[in-house]
Amino acid sequence: MSYIKKPRIHHPALTRNRLGLTRRDYEGTMSTLCAGCGHDSITAAIIEAFWELEIAPHEVAKTSGIGCSGKTPTYFLKEAHGFNGVHGRMPSITTGAHAANRELVCIGVSGDGDSLSIGMGQFAHVVRRNVDMLYIIENNGVYGLTKGQFSASADVGSTAKRGQVNREHPIDSVLLSLNLGAGFVARSFSGDKEQLVPILKAGLRHRGFALIDVISPCVTFNDHRGSTKSYQYTRDNYNQLVYADFVPPAQEIATSIEVGDARSVRMHDGSHITFRKVPEDYDPTDRDQVYGYIRERQRAGEVATGLLYVEPAPQDATDAVDFHGLQGTVDEPLANYPFEDLCPGADALEKLQKRFR
Amino acid sequence: MLKPTDTRNPDHYHRVVDCQWGCPAHTNVPEYIRLIANGQYTESYLLNRKSNIFPGILGRTCDRPCEPVCRRVRLDGEPVAICRLKRVASDLRDDITGFLPTIPEEKNGKRIACIGAGCASLTVANDLMPLGYEVTIFEKLAKPGGLMWTNIPEFRLPAKVLWEEIDYILDMGVDLRLNSPIDSLAALLEEDYDAVFIGSGAPKGKELNLPGRWDSEQIHIGIEWLESVRFGHIDSCGDRVLVIGVGNTAMDCCRTAQRLGASDVKVMARKTKPYFKASPWELDDAIEELVEVLENHSPSRFIIEDGKLVGMEFDLVTWTPGENGRLKAEVHDSKIIECDEVILAIGQDTAFPWIERDIGIDFNKWEMPIVDKTTFMTSRPGVFMGGDAAWGPENIIWGVEHGHQAAISIHAWCEGRPLTDRPPEGMNLVSQKMGLHEWSYSNDYDEAERVKMRHVDLQERFKRMDIEVEEGFDFEQTLTEVERCLNCDIQTHFEAHLCIECDACIDICPLDCLTITHNGAREDLSQRLTAPLLNPDEPLFISDDLPQTGRIMVKDEDLCIHCGLCAERCPTAAWDMRKSDLLVPYAGLGAGEMHPSPLSVVLAGTAIG
Repeated sequence: MSYIKKPRIHHPALTRNRLGLTRRDYEGTMSTLCAGCGHDSITAAIIEAFWELEIAPHEVAKTSGIGCSGKTPTYFLKEAHGFNGVHGRMPSITTGAHAANRELVCIGVSGDGDSLSIGMGQFAHVVRRNVDMLYIIENNGVYGLTKGQFSASADVGSTAKRGQVNREHPIDSVLLSLNLGAGFVARSFSGDKEQLVPILKAGLRHRGFALIDVISPCVTFNDHRGSTKSYQYTRDNYNQLVYADFVPPAQEIATSIEVGDARSVRMHDGSHITFRKVPEDYDPTDRDQVYGYIRERQRAGEVATGLLYVEPAPQDATDAVDFHGLQGTVDEPLANYPFEDLCPGADALEKLQKRFR
Repeated sequence: MLKPTDTRNPDHYHRVVDCQWGCPAHTNVPEYIRLIANGQYTESYLLNRKSNIFPGILGRTCDRPCEPVCRRVRLDGEPVAICRLKRVASDLRDDITGFLPTIPEEKNGKRIACIGAGCASLTVANDLMPLGYEVTIFEKLAKPGGLMWTNIPEFRLPAKVLWEEIDYILDMGVDLRLNSPIDSLAALLEEDYDAVFIGSGAPKGKELNLPGRWDSEQIHIGIEWLESVRFGHIDSCGDRVLVIGVGNTAMDCCRTAQRLGASDVKVMARKTKPYFKASPWELDDAIEELVEVLENHSPSRFIIEDGKLVGMEFDLVTWTPGENGRLKAEVHDSKIIECDEVILAIGQDTAFPWIERDIGIDFNKWEMPIVDKTTFMTSRPGVFMGGDAAWGPENIIWGVEHGHQAAISIHAWCEGRPLTDRPPEGMNLVSQKMGLHEWSYSNDYDEAERVKMRHVDLQERFKRMDIEVEEGFDFEQTLTEVERCLNCDIQTHFEAHLCIECDACIDICPLDCLTITHNGAREDLSQRLTAPLLNPDEPLFISDDLPQTGRIMVKDEDLCIHCGLCAERCPTAAWDMRKSDLLVPYAGLGAGEMHPSPLSVVLAGTAIG
C-alpha cells in the first residue's frame, strides 16, 4: 500500500517489444497488498512474461476469485479484460469467457484458499475440461485477508504466527492436477523470477490447461520460523529440479541448449521448451514418474520446483484436445458472430422445442 | 568482487546530491529548496549563507555549476532552476541581521590584510571576523565588490542587492580602505600583519593586437569599459557596436551598449555556437534583446579613416577537425563590417606587477604565482591567495569557496597548527519516515517542465540602466519549480541484514535502479543489472551480503528519483529514506558548528541551527 502512484517516468534505456510497448505498459495500478507480499513479485513476473511474449494487453482476459490473490489482476495489464469473481468461482468465469471467445489469452489468478478450499470442485473440473488457460495458484499456506488461519495447503507440523500447529493434511495442487490429467504442471517461487518468467511464458503458450503453483510467502502472517511457506524456509529447502527455457517458434532451439543433458519438448504453436540439468532418472513428460519423483522429494523435505510435467504436443497435432476440441465448437470465436446468428429468435426456439414434444 | 559501499563516509551520499557535489561551496541545495517550498525564506537564505555568503547576488549571477549536473537533466533534459530559486529566498527573506554572527568585542590580537575587496577577500573577512580577527581590506577602486560591482551590469544585479550583502560583512567591523591600491607587496609585508590574503582577481582584459588597434579611441577593453560605465565615466556609445568575443563578459557588453543608445549591436564569434564560452542562458538573454551573433568571423584588422574607427575587417572561416583533435580554421573570404565602436571581450588575465619577484613568492612560466590547491598558501609562508588571482578567471562561487578554504588555513596559520590538517566533513543521517505511508518530504515525481523566467517588457527595459530584466519567480512559478526538485539528499539507505529478498523494491522502482545479484567484478556485474549503466561515473551502491542467499543488493544511483517507493514497499525497513546532511567545517567551526548570534536560539534544532 502506498499513497503515491508509481511515477510514469521510466529508465531511458527501457526497450520496446514489437508492439512498441515497454514493460511499463504492461503494469496495472499500484498494489494495495502488504509490502513484501510474494504476490507482487508474481505480478512483476507476469508483466515480464506478457511483455516478452509480445501479447497485446487487449487480447488478454484476466480473472480471479476472492482473497489476496483475487486482487492481483488489477496490478498487471491494465488494458486487459478482467473479472474479479465470486470466491472459488474463477474457473467457471474463465471457462465462460474462453467459450465465448477462444482467441482470448486467458490467465486466472487464484490462491490456495480460493482454489483448494471453497473452489476445489471448480478447480478439479477446469483441469478435467482442459480449458486453454494459465492457472496460477499464489500459494502462501494461510488465509491472509482473514488474518492468517491455516489454508488447505499448510503442511502438517507447520505453525501459525501465534504458534498453533497444523495437524490436517495438505492438498498439493501439483499432485492433484497431475492426477486430474493436467498437461502442464509447474511449481515455482515468487522469489525466483529467473525460473518463474520462462515457466509463465511456456504456460501462456501451452494449448490447454496449465497450472503453475507459486510459493508466495505471506510476509504478514506466514513468514516466521515454523512456517513452511516463508522466504527463509523455501530458500533453505528449495530444489530446482528442472530448468526450463522457453523458445518461441521463430527461434532456433539449438541456441539455448547446453551440452548433453538438454531435452526439448515441442508445443502446439511450434515453440519449444528445453530442459536443462534434469536429473538422469527424471523424464518431465512421464506423468507417473514425475508424480513419484515429487512425492519422493517431499518425503526428503524438499520443495521440488520447475516445470515439472509437460505433455508434448503430437508432431501432427492440429486439433488439440483442449476445451474447444473436446466440445467440437466452431473455429470462429462465438464473440465474432452477429447477434442474430447466435440468437435466431423466438421462431427458431419454437421450432427447436417442437422437436422435443 | 566489489566491496560493500561505506555509506558512513560523507562522500558517498554527498555524491548522490549532484547539485551539492557540483557546487564548489557545497551549498545544501535540496534543503534550501524545501525551505522555500515551506515559505521559510529567511531560513533558506541563512542556510545558503552558511556556504555561499552572497545568496542574493548569486541568485542572479551565478555561473550555476550545480545546474548542468542536476539529476533532472538526465531525466527530462532541464535542470531545476536552482539559481533563480535562490533569488526567491533572498527576495522574500526578512531582516537577517540578528542571525549574523556576534563579533567579539575583544579581538584575538591577530591582524589580517586582504588585497582586493572582491568575493574571495570578503569571504575571508566573513569567516575570520567572528573569530576575533582584525581584517583590513585594501581596494584600489572607490567601491568594494570587485568584478561583482564593476563588471556585472545593474540590469542583471541591482546595486541594492549587492551593497546589502557586502555590508553584512563590512558591518562586522572590517577595516575597508578604498582607493588604496597596493603597489608593492614587499611594503605591505613590512607592516605587521599576521597573514596576507591576495584576492586581487584577474583585472586585465586581453588585448587584440591587430593593425589599427592603437589608432582610435573607439576601441575598448570590455571589462574596463564596463567598469567605466558602472562609475558613470561612460554614459553613451556609438550607434553601431561590434563586440569581439562570445563569453559572458561579451554578453554584458553588448546588452550594456544597447542601453547606452546603440541600435545595431553585433557579437562577433570566431567559432560556432557549440564553442561559445557564454553560458547558454546569458546568450539567450542577449539574443532576446535582438543582439546579432555572427559565427565564424575572425577579426583581421581595424579600419581607421582620419583617425576615426569606421569598421573592422573579418576573415570568414570554416572549421575542420585538424590533427590532435583541435579545430583548424580555413579562411575562404573576408568581410568588412562598418561600426562606430569596438569592444574587446576575449578574456582576462591576472596581473601582478606589484608583487616583487624576490620576496619568496614563486611564479611559474606563465607568470602565475604558485599556490597550494589545498592550503591556498603561496610559496611564502603566511601569504595566501584565492579567487581569480590564484588560478585565473573562474566565477564568484569559486571565489567564495577559495575564501572559505583560505580562511581555514589562515586561522590554522595564526594558531600555529599545520595547514594540511584540514578539518573533516561530517554527516547526519536521519530517517524521514513520518507514518506508514508518509514521508517528511514531497516524494511524488512532478512532471512539470522547468519554469521560464519572466523578463521586463522589451520596450520598457532599455529606458534605464538599472531596470532589472529578470522579474524573479512569482508565487505560482516558485511553487511549481520547488516541486521539480527530486530531494536527492533524502537517501535510499539500505541495511543488508534486514533484507528478506522479497524483490518488492526491485519490482516497484520506476527507474529500475535496483538489482539483487551475486557479487562479481565490476564489468561482469554491470552486465547483470536490471537496467544498463548509462552514466558509469555515477555512484553504485553495493550492499553487504544478504542473509538468505549471500547475494548483494546493487543500486545504480544515476537516475533514482528519490520517490521512496522502495522504502515504502519494503516489509522489513531494510530500505529507509534518510536525509543526509553534509556538515561542512569552516574557519574555527567544526563540521556542523555555528557561530553564536543574537537570534541563534531561534534556529536551534532547525536545518540551519
